[in-house]
Amino acid sequence: MNKNQKNWIDITSGVNVLKCMRCGKCSATCPSYDEMEYHPHQFVYMVEKGDIEPLLNSKSLYKCLTCFACVERCPRGVEPAKVVEAVRLTAVRQQGNNHLIPDMIPDMLDDDLPQQAIVTAFRKYTK
Amino acid sequence: METFTYYPGCTLRTKAKDLDVYARKSAEALGIALVEPENWQCCGGTYTTATNEVATKLSAVRTLMAAKDSNGLVTVCSACHNVIKQTNYDISKNEAMANKVKRYLDLEEAYKGETTVYHYLELLRDVVGFDKLKEKVVNPFKGKKIAAYYGCLLLRPSKALAMDDPENPSIMEDFIKAIGGTPVIYAQRNECCGGYITLEDKAQAAKRSSAVMDSAQSMGADMIITACPLCLYNLKKNSGSDMPVYYFTELLAEALGLKEDNNE
Repeated sequence: MNKNQKNWIDITSGVNVLKCMRCGKCSATCPSYDEMEYHPHQFVYMVEKGDIEPLLNSKSLYKCLTCFACVERCPRGVEPAKVVEAVRLTAVRQQGNNHLIPDMIPDMLDDDLPQQAIVTAFRKYTK
Repeated sequence: METFTYYPGCTLRTKAKDLDVYARKSAEALGIALVEPENWQCCGGTYTTATNEVATKLSAVRTLMAAKDSNGLVTVCSACHNVIKQTNYDISKNEAMANKVKRYLDLEEAYKGETTVYHYLELLRDVVGFDKLKEKVVNPFKGKKIAAYYGCLLLRPSKALAMDDPENPSIMEDFIKAIGGTPVIYAQRNECCGGYITLEDKAQAAKRSSAVMDSAQSMGADMIITACPLCLYNLKKNSGSDMPVYYFTELLAEALGLKEDNNE
């Protein structure tokens, strides 16, 4: 396990993953559950174990909708979405590892698409 | 007339003009003056929960600071509201963050979350009052079954947003009652529409937004209302449902007799 990476993710998320009691409520309530390879509860315990590499390379990072359902409903206040965000940032903060680049945008546009969608996606996927 | 600072945000000046125009028209009719700060910036659309990221939170801080000496900052878009309220909450609880922002923006004095942030719905509930609003309604939505769609951003995380009960909210239903309609309660009213995933995964956006529309329709709704341009987009474009979707401000203006065309 890469201890520095785990420490950095813990600092970035501000979450104490040891508080998790494995009830699975975060994943049960996640609107992206079916689309994810690793689910919110797995993010929490894989970060706890320091098993971070598979998460960094998973498309699951870009399936979280940041809807905060898991944050609100966690009975232990673990706030899994903050863990997902910290792992995603660890990935996209690396040079050349942006998930979304401006050249991709024109093909995604239609006449009704609100600016809000583009701004939000850039905040999430690009550093 | 009571004056508040008003933050429209990027989308309300472009794709979501109806949300903005009817909010301002209705506020005026209700005796509220909304004043826009000069040179406001986009809020960023989403709040970065990372504790070690400050730059992406500065535009929200600038907006909050512009409203510091007013009666409060009013937002309409759910996303702007979420970003600005979470920023305000975190900066009020975290002195290190406040000091970091102070250094970034070269402020004389740190901003520590002094501004009160109101969503437009909170303004209606807490400043105008739903009873007072009811008295001003000239075109009540009599017999109309209206589903309130909160989505994710208006309510969560509830410790920062502090608008309503995150699992059993009532502010939009009370609004619907005030304009003479009948609120429809349905399971998906505070679940996500898919949000920005529409950019790269239309199937997932379709799945989420159709779940919301089907849930509302199965409980007998005639129409659905939202405060979020991206929710409106997903519910209209990706759900496959033909149930009408409106901004809550459109219905407000219509009820107050400020809208010429009728959305029947």
